Amino acid sequence: MAVDFIYPEFEVIRNEDRCIACRACERQCANEVHFFSTEREKMMSDESKCVNCQRCVSLCPTRALKIVKSDCTLRENANWQNETIREVYKQAASGGVLLSSMGNPKPMPVYWDKILINASQVTNPPIDPLREPMETKVFLGKKPDKIRRDEKGNIICDLPPQVELSMPIMFSAMSYGSISYNAHCSLARAATELGIVYNTGEGGLHEDFYKYGKNTIVQVASGRFGVHEVYLEAGAAIEIKMGQGAKPGIGGHLPGTKIVDDVSRTRMIPEGSDAISPAPHHDIYSIEDLRQLVYSLKEATEYKKPIIVKVAAVHNIAAIASGIARSGADIIAIDGFRGGTGAAPTRIRDNVGIPIELALASVDRRLRDEGIRNNVSLVVGGSVRSASDVVKAIALGADACYIATAALLALGCHLCRTCQTGKCNWGIATQRPDLVKRLNPDMGSERLVNLMTAWRHEIMEIMGAMGINSIEALRGNRLMLRGVGLNEKELEILGIAHAGE
Amino acid sequence: MLKEGQIRIPSGCAISAIISRDGNRMTGEDIVKSMIPMHDRSNGLGGGFAGYGIYPEYKDFYALHIFFDSRTTRKDCEAFLKEYFEIVEAEIIPTRKMPEITDEPLIWRYFVAPFQSMLADMQLDEREYVARIVMKINTELSGTYCFSSGKNMGTFKAVGFPEDVGTFYKLEEYEGYSWMAHGRYPTNTPGWWGGAHPFTLLDFSIVHNGEISSYDANRRFIEMFGYKCTLQTDTEVITYIMDYLVRRQGLTLTEAANVIAAPFWSTIGREPDEETKKRLAYLRTVFPSLLVTGPFSIVLGFTGGIMALNDRLKLRSMVVGEKDDVVYVASEEAAIRAVEPDAENIWAPAGGEPVIVTVKEGAL
Amino acid sequence: MKRVYVNEEWCLGCHLCEYNCAFANSGLTDMAYALKGKPIFPRIHIEGNEKVTYAVSCRHCTDPICVKSCIAGALSVSEGVITVDRDKCVGCLTCVLVCPYGALSPSEDGIMQKCELCLKNSCGEPACVTGCPNKAIVYEERGAAN
Repeated sequence: MAVDFIYPEFEVIRNEDRCIACRACERQCANEVHFFSTEREKMMSDESKCVNCQRCVSLCPTRALKIVKSDCTLRENANWQNETIREVYKQAASGGVLLSSMGNPKPMPVYWDKILINASQVTNPPIDPLREPMETKVFLGKKPDKIRRDEKGNIICDLPPQVELSMPIMFSAMSYGSISYNAHCSLARAATELGIVYNTGEGGLHEDFYKYGKNTIVQVASGRFGVHEVYLEAGAAIEIKMGQGAKPGIGGHLPGTKIVDDVSRTRMIPEGSDAISPAPHHDIYSIEDLRQLVYSLKEATEYKKPIIVKVAAVHNIAAIASGIARSGADIIAIDGFRGGTGAAPTRIRDNVGIPIELALASVDRRLRDEGIRNNVSLVVGGSVRSASDVVKAIALGADACYIATAALLALGCHLCRTCQTGKCNWGIATQRPDLVKRLNPDMGSERLVNLMTAWRHEIMEIMGAMGINSIEALRGNRLMLRGVGLNEKELEILGIAHAGE
Repeated sequence: MLKEGQIRIPSGCAISAIISRDGNRMTGEDIVKSMIPMHDRSNGLGGGFAGYGIYPEYKDFYALHIFFDSRTTRKDCEAFLKEYFEIVEAEIIPTRKMPEITDEPLIWRYFVAPFQSMLADMQLDEREYVARIVMKINTELSGTYCFSSGKNMGTFKAVGFPEDVGTFYKLEEYEGYSWMAHGRYPTNTPGWWGGAHPFTLLDFSIVHNGEISSYDANRRFIEMFGYKCTLQTDTEVITYIMDYLVRRQGLTLTEAANVIAAPFWSTIGREPDEETKKRLAYLRTVFPSLLVTGPFSIVLGFTGGIMALNDRLKLRSMVVGEKDDVVYVASEEAAIRAVEPDAENIWAPAGGEPVIVTVKEGAL
Repeated sequence: MKRVYVNEEWCLGCHLCEYNCAFANSGLTDMAYALKGKPIFPRIHIEGNEKVTYAVSCRHCTDPICVKSCIAGALSVSEGVITVDRDKCVGCLTCVLVCPYGALSPSEDGIMQKCELCLKNSCGEPACVTGCPNKAIVYEERGAAN
């Protein structure tokens, strides 16, 4: 119907002087935007199908292609913006809930960008990481509150189970099913090479990847997909997923079309059936229930694995975290509202939850106020985009950061935010074999290792400039941070002074 | 202008310590003399001393040294003290009037014993009880600052150059088996007496030269255990860390040094002795937030001994020397030579290597 | 000796290797100018069907049957690389017949051409390898080949 018509969001601009009609764009576009017209003897495009994933642009050997935002707009209106109006049209036509992928794209405050880092001048020396040792190793897990000695007076060196990381970064949960075999393979291999961990997400662990178990966190989510005894014992830690930053309070739905072959076997559900994760764990309606699941998992793994409880950053996150810290969990993972997802209801993604910076600051303070910060380690995610974000998170009080979007970008993701279609041209968020093979894990893992190596260098440079030579001396060191352009309340919550103070 | 406690003020410094292993009592003269060659390491904005074994006649009582803004605050504080302690002696600490030292507060000392009934009531051991009351005085009573609280020891500090501070407090009239001194070079001019060093809690006192980069990580961790970093100085936080590790966690001084100046992971990895390796890794893993980074040289004084320690990169100077039963520690060799020109075995301890000197058993 | 190898697991069938090859051997500096509006004659070809694709080019066999069969002596082995002497080739296509891989093909003017590892053109290393978006084509040492 004419009333439903929405002018395509993007235009495909093809430089006719450069196009050699090699048809690489046509072969590479799963959305079938490009085609060769034999009558006209040239390449044509149907931009209505374009999602601006930039695959064709990246592969065009003569740089003949570019994708631009269409300038066909509705009449300008600051209140009723184009996007808002289009969404109304879509819903009027479909009657459906709007779906989106990846993190919140709205111009919400990014506190990382309003925090500045300190450096040493005169009164103490900066440390050059190229000349002096600079340590980034961290141990996640509960720390004993009392030193005990044996009858000879020697310290009894028994620790609760810990996760050892060579640097304070972990690859965040993305399930096999939501992302491809090759994406998982790249993450697992890179984590192993780097001495960090990746996370299975709630899709189980493919049999080929058990060998990377020491660098794997196995997740137990509300759907309990792929959970069995060997799975629980395979990882370095077990994560109970209570919520996700992109969609707090919302479950998951992996469409049956993605439940193919190995995915179905790994998830332990029939091929083609929708994988629906309920919004709550139906055995956890309260904090005391969480405690039972934590201890069930500990019992199942003979108290050898740290238990992570992952929650979305919501309004009363400090109280929730305090409850979790007393539940027997060893690590709390908090996911901020800018975190990514393979698919989420748009309204939820863009409007529910709070920024991770504020959640982290208030949780860290609350746990210290209650004297239970040592009971748990704190891992934060939800749009940690760079080494400086990591440094700021650690200085605010995190033990480590979860990254996912940055890792996907390293694998080739161009943030076109249409993961939910399953036609990822970069071979990441898809199960179509012809698309999956576009991500060669040799390249993927190498690029992830490169990215993390680069970040680690940057973290060491920033630490060295501050005169800090070990990451633990940075953790919770808020004096190293100053705010710019923040109001008093924001500064108070972040627990930092304003620049110039 | 903001003073210590309202803002964090970095400072450079000179430190010095003298201890007799035989427990012979020495007057405060030498320690004052040792600070003279290091005059330029201070800027006249703080100097201080701590002496151990100086109150033998009151050795069973906690000696509280307190600064008061006014008579009123003193009266209030005395009323407060009487709720928790039996006060066996209260007196003004004798000082000399001299042009180099001005604006002095009221400086008093009280020899006290905790009420046993209160101790039992609060289910605390005596030292924890005293520590808590001192913390309470310093956070809750304005215009009052308790800067020394150990048994048979005392801290003396002021705004001024250290050698003048020594003269001001008539240190030549005290005799102790161990002395420590500090000259301060703060990068701000608040001129507050409480901000001078040593920093003391119970019988732990610390003189420190450096600016630690881990400060807020250490502070926010240690404050979980009831400590309040009211001065926001490195010295204060290191004192609390040592108190927490040694008194409350029961670590030995060497083990505590292995926490605050922990060896690098690579060094731990190379440790040939498996037991030692396990212990070092364990301590680092259990107390990551008590690792102190950035430059420091400290001398920790305690009943019966001292410990000198540098940061693990040795970013601050510190030398040790000996003569007969006496051991000297100072920022500069000149300080040692000033007191004992014939000092022997002068060496610069490696970063993170604690030098612990104790008085012979039975000598005290 | 380093050779060009193809891993069909990662070959996407994008055909970019063919274009990169044709451009590399065109002697021109602008790809669009070199290849636009003309049929191309690459020395590497994508073979396969909808499920599997792979690129085929000369394996530089240690005992090359093409060299033996050349009636004009136009094919020879130099430091392991099999090359064509354009002046000698008579275009009889015997080499096409005997090559078990189908790695040889005639050029635009009928004279035979084959992969010479981009050693003689301006690339310096095989253009198909550097241009492959998925590292399906690699240039590496794997020992002798037949």
